[in-house]
Amino acid sequence: MTTGKKTGSQLVVQGLIDEGVETIFGFPGGAVIPIYDVLYDAPVRHILTRHEQGAAHAADGYARATGRTGVCLATSGPGATNLVTGLSNAYMDSVPMVALTGQVAVPMIGNDSFQEADIYGITIPITKHNYLVKDINQLQRVIKEAFHIAKTGRPGPVLIDIPKDIQTFEVKARKIGEVRLPGYTPSTKGHPRQIEAIVRAIRNARRPVIYAGGGVIASGASAELKKFVRKSNIPITTTLMGKGAYPDGDPLSLGMPGMHGTKYSNYAIHEADLIMAMGVRFDDRVAGNVQKFAPLAKIIHIDIDPAEIGKRMAVDIPIVGDLKSILVMLNQKIETQTRKRWLERIDRLKEEYPLTYEKSGAVKPQFIIQTLSEMTKGQIIVSTDVGQHQMWAALFYQTTEPRRFLSSGGAGTMGYGFPAAIGAQVGQPDIPVVALCGDGSFQMCIQELATVRMYNIPVKIFIFNNGYLGMVRQWQEIFNDRRYSSTHLEFNPDFCKVAAGYEIPAFRVTQTAKVKPTIDKVLNMEGPVLVDFRVAPEENVIPMIPPGGGQTEFIGEGEDEE
Amino acid sequence: MMKKIISILVRNHPGVLSHVAGLFTRRGYNIESIAAGETENPDVTRITIVVAGDETILEQVTKQLRKLIDVIKVQDLSYSKSITRELVLLTIFSPAERRAEVINVVNTFDATMVDIADKTVTLEFVGNARKVSTIMKALEGFKVKEIARTGLVALPLESQAERNPNMI
Repeated sequence: MTTGKKTGSQLVVQGLIDEGVETIFGFPGGAVIPIYDVLYDAPVRHILTRHEQGAAHAADGYARATGRTGVCLATSGPGATNLVTGLSNAYMDSVPMVALTGQVAVPMIGNDSFQEADIYGITIPITKHNYLVKDINQLQRVIKEAFHIAKTGRPGPVLIDIPKDIQTFEVKARKIGEVRLPGYTPSTKGHPRQIEAIVRAIRNARRPVIYAGGGVIASGASAELKKFVRKSNIPITTTLMGKGAYPDGDPLSLGMPGMHGTKYSNYAIHEADLIMAMGVRFDDRVAGNVQKFAPLAKIIHIDIDPAEIGKRMAVDIPIVGDLKSILVMLNQKIETQTRKRWLERIDRLKEEYPLTYEKSGAVKPQFIIQTLSEMTKGQIIVSTDVGQHQMWAALFYQTTEPRRFLSSGGAGTMGYGFPAAIGAQVGQPDIPVVALCGDGSFQMCIQELATVRMYNIPVKIFIFNNGYLGMVRQWQEIFNDRRYSSTHLEFNPDFCKVAAGYEIPAFRVTQTAKVKPTIDKVLNMEGPVLVDFRVAPEENVIPMIPPGGGQTEFIGEGEDEE
Repeated sequence: MMKKIISILVRNHPGVLSHVAGLFTRRGYNIESIAAGETENPDVTRITIVVAGDETILEQVTKQLRKLIDVIKVQDLSYSKSITRELVLLTIFSPAERRAEVINVVNTFDATMVDIADKTVTLEFVGNARKVSTIMKALEGFKVKEIARTGLVALPLESQAERNPNMI
């Protein structure tokens, strides 16, 4: 970096460039005008969304699809608070992100000034770390620290709040040394003694199951995991966050576990004598009842975050460290085992409880997803919103590679799918991106149609239009005696006309026979396209375990109860 | 419910207390007391927290505190292996005819009378949890006007630690 006097804004943008940031997502406002002035002719691409929430989700989608840190920028007050949902979403799913917000000038802070909000205070519980920069001399160091914190250890979002006067003050730019954070030293190497214990446990296990999650993808450990699974012949269930960490459809893959997981993954967990939990957190949507989770099994838990060990589930062999390096060590030490009897049992479970749906009647959402999966061989990037279509996508779309299935897991943020797809497409321009959206969810970030149109971002939007907030409706059907309180959307806009208003081509599909030809046509079109799939309105996500239930306590229509 | 004293060293800046206190709210932990002050290094603040919960929760508290970027060090201090002190300022209603009683308590427990008004006296006393509660009990017969407590501060008992370095 050249030395000489620079404004705070110049330091911010220079900091981004130094961190290798090529693209940011944002929305201008009064308190960030100086930063936007520098961005005007800086070598950083700025994507203007139509709402700050869209910018936050786009940065998140960019990060998930590329593995690089996503960056978003918003003004003070309402601009900053509009990022909150996106930050919370990224925090829950451990997504590396840096959010920059403008703040009122330092002397104005605390006066209830125009567009003032204490975004520092607001975001403490939903960021990995955050800063309010009140001294321009700290600015360079803070930016460097923020990027370091966001992407190391267990990744997460970091917010930097920058008052407007700090953006305009001039200071001599300094050379910033390595980040020094005495309280932050994420461990990476697993303890050798624990590695040995794991190797022994694997050798002695007769019915082991791998339960792998987002940590595998965050660690970039998919190749090592594949090697491990092949060598050890241990069947593997991947969570919503871990989807793509191991190829769906592989004979050893059990699909998703938990509340809406495959029956065979849940039975396998129930019968297992060893659970190898990798980069997971025994979330309540996977382990609804930890007392009943894998009752016969010894539990190994591998995670980079020591606080996840023993948080919900008592663990027999914990090991803290980076999954990739631990898997490399394990791959050197484990022996090949055939596990013939256990794998036969797994095959029988898959035969006995196949993942299926009733094919009669209206257009089935599962069929659309299955068709997309077959046509693309799971090679494209898929993002989802939240609800029934998300679970069907998790079950019926067969992802083959990491960073190709983007979904709001922990936070369950409706409206995530479409802006996340925008970020993913910007970060991966050569891979087709399809956003799978609910008709309810899509309307939460529908304004971003302008963004894809303005930049001609070729995201394909598939709306699963059932006229309901389907997942809540399903719960009301099952738990509230079909009292569909405020879940029937009675009025929905004509999504094709909405798209037309944004000058985006759109199609409506009302017949099963039209599903495949339409997808085929749309995937071959350039630029953004919207498809309004009118799907069976009261289809339920099956299998289902009620909240708090054990792995085999399924409910659901026409399903054999255990 | 168990109680635990957690002593943490943090980078000294204005937001750090929010980060620490916020963690307790967010995770639903109960703070019994929290006391913060500068250390020998002006860049470092020591925060002493007394927290109640079962063993799993107390372990989580420590782990979650360690995750905070500004937290440099987390120490679990047990009551038996550390020196603990709290300072209390207590104003009680004490009519002139009962002053002798108060003075008796003050002398017995090494407290100090720091203010005397027509109807009230204010006492200052320092001690560990047991001493503080004993004095409070001795003064039970008086109506309390106001009370201010610093919350517990603590340091490891070095003389014990030297004998058994694995203890703390």
